[in-house]
Amino acid sequence: MNRAADYNNSSVGRVEKQYYSFAHPPDRLLLESGAELGPVTIAYETYGTLSREKDNCILVTHAFSGDSHAAGYYQDEGKGEKPGWWDAMIGPDKGIDTDKYFVICPNILGSCMGSTGPGSDNPETAGPYGLDFPMVTIGDMVTAQKALLDHLGIAQLHTVVGGSIGGMQVLEWCIRYPEMVRAAIPIATTMRHSALAIAFNEIARQSIMADPNWNDGNYYGMARPDMGLAVARMVGHVTYLSDEAMRRKFGRRLQDKKNFSFGFDADFQIESYLRHQGTKFVHRFDANSVLYITKASDYFDVVESMNRSGPLNDIHQGKIKYLIVSYTSDWLYPTYQAKELIKTLKRTGQNVSFCEIEADCGHDAFLIPDDRLSNLIGGFLNGIA
Amino acid sequence: MVLPDTEKIRFDLQIIGSTIEPESKVLDLGCGSGDLLAWLEKNKNVQCTGIEQDKEKAAHCIARGLSVLQGDLNEEVDDYPSSSFDYVILSQTLQQVFEPAKLLRSLARIGKKVIVSFPNFSHYSIRLQLLLSGRAPKSDQLPYSWYDTPNIRVITLKDFRKFSRDVGYTIVKEIAINTNPASSAGHIVHLFTDLRATYGIYIIEKTAIN
Repeated sequence: MNRAADYNNSSVGRVEKQYYSFAHPPDRLLLESGAELGPVTIAYETYGTLSREKDNCILVTHAFSGDSHAAGYYQDEGKGEKPGWWDAMIGPDKGIDTDKYFVICPNILGSCMGSTGPGSDNPETAGPYGLDFPMVTIGDMVTAQKALLDHLGIAQLHTVVGGSIGGMQVLEWCIRYPEMVRAAIPIATTMRHSALAIAFNEIARQSIMADPNWNDGNYYGMARPDMGLAVARMVGHVTYLSDEAMRRKFGRRLQDKKNFSFGFDADFQIESYLRHQGTKFVHRFDANSVLYITKASDYFDVVESMNRSGPLNDIHQGKIKYLIVSYTSDWLYPTYQAKELIKTLKRTGQNVSFCEIEADCGHDAFLIPDDRLSNLIGGFLNGIA
Repeated sequence: MVLPDTEKIRFDLQIIGSTIEPESKVLDLGCGSGDLLAWLEKNKNVQCTGIEQDKEKAAHCIARGLSVLQGDLNEEVDDYPSSSFDYVILSQTLQQVFEPAKLLRSLARIGKKVIVSFPNFSHYSIRLQLLLSGRAPKSDQLPYSWYDTPNIRVITLKDFRKFSRDVGYTIVKEIAINTNPASSAGHIVHLFTDLRATYGIYIIEKTAIN
């Protein structure tokens, strides 16, 4: 893709990260665990223009290691700068058309990309929280997003859309604030983690906690648990890919060599790729945030609350129009988990569309530019009254 | 995307569309590109859902704003609460269904009325082909050879009348039509329907048990 042409014609252009702080003590935010947190800051970005009727707002919820920077560039020309993580989807004339919709993307609570998380300063100790940060749930992330929308004066969401852990937030929105949500697009997600998903998360956490630098989470201002975090990311990356994608991209090809080293250097391309991904990640992400967010996703289980929600259970609830998308090669949240969600939505009287997309890229397929997903989402959004 | 006009959709779908009450709830099984659903939404303000096995067709339907689930119709019908729909439509698919009696029972559970259409195997041209050539008949409606056909059953209008009675349904309405596949032109057949109709359309409902 021609970056310059892309920037000029179909980019939201220059964007700015904004912050909203609330829950200042003593009015702290009550968390699902019963603990309290305050003050809370949520970093967010917006694209497009809010209509006079305030009825064109689309909330984009990001995945585990994502951030509020879903589209556009931070610098004027965008030269040499990577655009936001869903820039292929969000912009003028794209799947989520910023000429029509006002898009908000908040960074999740517990993260390290501008919102309050374990790396933020604890007002009681004046140092970073570390493990004193209370456990936050996907529901708590959504409660914090609701506070942001209240602050922005937005009472109606045209659509909530997100993939993976972003999809979990979409489902929480539909359960907690159904009266605010007209349409929902949970992508490559699940109503609850399987043992397989929890298992990989636990390996990631153990890898961080086994790093001597982790020091029970007190490493801020000192040597950080980079090795543990890098290995955690390597494991994560394997779960985001698929057998097919890894065969196609790497196979058994060797990295810059013709023969085995007969040692423990990165001989295979896949080894070198994972090391690279691990190293890249430690420069932008906080190990404690990985612990908190993975645990939040493991605790997430909306099977019962989804079954109790919906217009057939509560005549005062309007129908939410759902579009569920899964990917053939996603082994983290396979299609059978999307089908369980569809069953629940049918039983509770919701309006549901579903499409499984053929892709060999695994769980991360929704982040890869693909006209099929853009057309699907664009057309679906158009059809919402 | 421009929605199709009345004249443009398949003739059998025009007939089915004309029998549906405005403002009703409709489930279309094997909805293809969603032409009937789009027509019903536009002209009769119907709340539509479609089920389509083919991923590209299902995606096309969703992209034109329709509520469509991609999946196997035999499985997808099981999850809806009873009487979720005023009409459940099974058009030109019955001849491909593995367990028709089981499927019809599921459809009668989730729909108040079931509309079924299928190609009529007792059309005179089919009878003549078998009689004169001694080979498995082919027609515009059933164009496949015996070895590559997706149509695992052949059904005649008489067969279906008996079948619906046997599995506990009352035929509310029978419309025999003469049209070609994918054609928007055709006419209703009134005389000698068993011989002259290329398709039968039946509106059936569960026989009330006293």
